[in-house]
Amino acid sequence: MPAEALEDRAKETPTHSGGGRPESRCGAPGGDPGPGGTGILGDPALFGVCAFLGTVTMLFVGMTSAYMVRRASADWRPLAPPAILWLNTGALLASSAALEVARRRFRGWDLPAARTWVAVTGLLGALFVAGQYGAWRALAAQGIFLASNPHSSFFYVLTGLHGLHLLGGLAWFAAVASRLRRMTLTPGEDGLRLFAVYWHFLAGLWVYLLLVLFVL
Amino acid sequence: MAHAEAHAAEAHAPQAFIWKYVFSKDHKVIGVQYYVTAMLMALIAGLLAMLIRLQVGFPEATWPTLGKLLPRGFSDGIMSPEFYAMLFTMHGTIMVFFVLSTAPVSGFGNVLIPLQVGWRDMAFPFLNALSYWTFLPGCIIILASFFVGAGAAAGGWTSYPPLSALQGAVPGSGTGQTLWIVGMVFFIASFTMGGLNFLTTILNLRTKGMSLTRLPLTMWAMLLVAVLGLLSFPSLVAGCILLLFDRHFGTSFYLPSGLILTNVPLLNPDGTPLHAGGSPLLWQHLFWFLGHPEVYILMLPALGFTSDILSTFCRKPIFGYKSMVGAMVSIGALSFLVWGHHMFVSGMNPYLGMAFAVFTMLIAVPSAVKVFNWLATLWGSRIQYRTPVFWALGVVSLFISGGLSGIWLGQSAVDIPLHDTYFVVAHFHLIMAGAALFGVFGATAYWFPKMFGRMMNETLGKAHFWFTFVAYYCTFFPMHYIGIAGHMRRIYASGRPIGYYEFLEPLQEINVFITRSALVLGASQLLFFVNFFWSAFKGPKASENPWNAAGLEWTTPSPPGHGNWPGEIPEVHRWPYDYSVPDAPKDFVPQTDPAPIGARAGGH
Repeated sequence: MPAEALEDRAKETPTHSGGGRPESRCGAPGGDPGPGGTGILGDPALFGVCAFLGTVTMLFVGMTSAYMVRRASADWRPLAPPAILWLNTGALLASSAALEVARRRFRGWDLPAARTWVAVTGLLGALFVAGQYGAWRALAAQGIFLASNPHSSFFYVLTGLHGLHLLGGLAWFAAVASRLRRMTLTPGEDGLRLFAVYWHFLAGLWVYLLLVLFVL
Repeated sequence: MAHAEAHAAEAHAPQAFIWKYVFSKDHKVIGVQYYVTAMLMALIAGLLAMLIRLQVGFPEATWPTLGKLLPRGFSDGIMSPEFYAMLFTMHGTIMVFFVLSTAPVSGFGNVLIPLQVGWRDMAFPFLNALSYWTFLPGCIIILASFFVGAGAAAGGWTSYPPLSALQGAVPGSGTGQTLWIVGMVFFIASFTMGGLNFLTTILNLRTKGMSLTRLPLTMWAMLLVAVLGLLSFPSLVAGCILLLFDRHFGTSFYLPSGLILTNVPLLNPDGTPLHAGGSPLLWQHLFWFLGHPEVYILMLPALGFTSDILSTFCRKPIFGYKSMVGAMVSIGALSFLVWGHHMFVSGMNPYLGMAFAVFTMLIAVPSAVKVFNWLATLWGSRIQYRTPVFWALGVVSLFISGGLSGIWLGQSAVDIPLHDTYFVVAHFHLIMAGAALFGVFGATAYWFPKMFGRMMNETLGKAHFWFTFVAYYCTFFPMHYIGIAGHMRRIYASGRPIGYYEFLEPLQEINVFITRSALVLGASQLLFFVNFFWSAFKGPKASENPWNAAGLEWTTPSPPGHGNWPGEIPEVHRWPYDYSVPDAPKDFVPQTDPAPIGARAGGH
C-alpha cells in the first residue's frame, strides 16, 4: 500500500539533513527562489498522498468512461440499488465526520476523546465494508451475479475496486490507531492529517460512484 | 550543523552487502538496479527481434539448431506461426514497457534526480525500493509466460480483444495472456510508486536557489514523465481489470455476441450467446489513452538528455531554454488528445478522426521548436567529439527522420492505406524506439562516472555508435518502402505456402537486406555490453567533473557516496548551461558559482 509507505517517511528520512520536517528542510530557510517552501509544496508527504489520489482518480475516470460507453449498448438493463447501500453510505459519511471530530480533539490535546472518536471512525469504516458485502449478498439472493448483465458487472467491479482501496485505508487506519495508542503522534503536528486526506477522498469517491451507478 | 548531519547520514549508510547493494534504499543503487535489469531485458527482447527478422528474411530456410534450442517454437527447424506471433508480441511489450520506459525513466531518473536538483535522496526512499522490488517480479512474470501453458501472449503488444479476451482464441491467449496482464499490473504499480517519488522530489525537495527555471532540461523531462505516467497508466489498469473479468469471470465488457471459435459458436447451455453487447473498441480507447502518453514517457527523457549533452559538448548554453520547456510541456499536454490517431481504421466518425488528426499535426510545432533549438545550439559551435555527443546527434537525426513520417501517419487520409504496414514499423522504430534507445546510450556514456565512478572506453563507445547508427538506419529506413508497397506488419513469412502473398514476393530482397542489417545491429550491441561491464569494473577512475560540465551533479564525488555530497548540499546560483561565458576564468561556470557573470547569474 503506497500510501502507508508515504506516511512512514515522516519517521524515516535519515538521509537528508533536517530530519524530514518541512520547516527544517536543508538549506532552504524560506524566501529563496527555489523550492516552494510553503503550503503543500513544503509538505512532501501530503503532496505525495495527493499525487497518489490523483492517479487513483484517473483509475476511476477510466472506469467511468468505460461505463459510459458500455451503457450506450442495447443490452443494458438498469439495476435497482439494494436498499442497504443507503445505510452503508450513511456509515461511511459518518466515519469521515467522526475522523474530523477526532482530529479536532487531538489538536486540542484531548487525547482520551480523540482515541474514542478514532475508534468510532474505524468501526464505521469496517461497518461500511461489511455492508458492501451485504449488498453483494442481497443482489446474489436475487439471482444477479457478476456476469448477469453489464450494469451488475460494473456494480460488482466498481464496488470491489472501491472496497479494496477502503481495505487498504483500514490497514493504514490500524497503523495510525496503534501509533495513537503508543503516543508516537504529536497533537500539535496532527499526525492524522495524511490518513484523513485519504479517508475523506474514499468517502467522496463512494458518493461519486453511487451517483454514476444509480442516479445519472 | 548540516555538515555534522551529513556525516551522520554517512554513518547511517548500511554496511552489510545485502542492505547496501540488494535491498538498498539509496536512489543511486536503485537507479543502477533498474538500469541493469532493463538492459538485460533489452538483450532478451533484442534476441526476440533477431528471431522475427530471421523468419521474415528467410522464410523458406530451416533452423535445426534453433529448433533444438527452442523446441516449443520450431517443428523440424521451421518456426511455427504461433511462435512468431508470440515473438513480436513479447518483443514489443518488453521493449516498450520493461526497457524503454524503465532504463531512461526509472534508471536515469533515480540516479539523476537528487543529484541534479540537490537533495540527499528521493522523497520516499522506502517506496523507491519497493518500486524496484515490484518491477522485478513483473519482469520475471513476463518472461515466465514463455514457459507456461501454450506459450506467451500472442495478441500483439496492444492486446486487442477478442484475441486477448477469449482464452481459446490463439495458443497464447491462455495462461500467457493472463501473465501478460499480471506482469503489466506489476509494472504499472512500480511505475506509479516511482512517479510519485519523481514528482514529489522535483517539486518539493530542491536545494536552495534551484528554482524551476534553473532545472536542467533532463529534470523537466522527468517531471513531465511522472505527470504523464500518473495520469495515463491508470487508464490501462482500468482496461486490464475489465479484461481480466472478461477472460475469467464471464463478463462482457469487450466481447460482443456472435463469437465463433474454431467453427463453434460460443453459447451458454441454454443457447443464448456466452457474451453479448461488449465493445472491443472500448479496450482500444482505454489502451491508447495510455498508449500515446506512453510514447512520450519513452521519448521525453531522451530529449532531455540530448539537450544537456549537446550543451556540454558544444560548450554553448542550450538555445531557447524556456521554449524547450514550453515545447516539452505542450508535447505532454497534447499527448492526451491524440490517442484516436491509433484508431483511424476502427470505423470512427471521420469528423472525430479529423479532430484527432489536427491535434496530432499540432505536435509537430513543439517538436520542430526542439529540433531548431538543438540546431541553433550546434550552430557555430566547436563540438568536442566524445561518445555522448555522437549519441545525442543520433537522437536529433532519428527525431527528425522519424518525426517526418509521423506527419504522414497523423493524417487519417494517409494513415488508412498505411495502417498496419511496415511504414508504421519504420516510423515508430526510428522516432520512439530509436530516439529513446540512443538517448539511453548517450546518457550511459555521459553519466557513467556518477553511476560507477569510472569512465567508459571511448574507442569502443564510438565503434558501438557507428555500427549501431548505420545498422539502425539500414534496418528501419527500407521498411518505409516495403510499407508503402503494402507489406503488412505482423504477418508470418511471405514465401511459404502458409501466409503466401504473391505481391510481396518482389519485396523479399529488401527483407533480406533488412534482416542482415538487423543482425549487424544486434551483434554490435555486444560492443556495448563488453564496454559497459569492462568499464564498470576496470575503466579508468573518473574525476569529479570529467566533462567540465556546469550542472549540479558534477559537484559530487564520482561516484557520489551515501547522501550525495560529503558536506552541506551546495547552494545554486545559476542555470546549468553557463558555457563559454565571457570574462569567466574557465569556459564553464558551475551552477554553484556565485560570481555575477553570465546570462542567468544573480538573484534570478
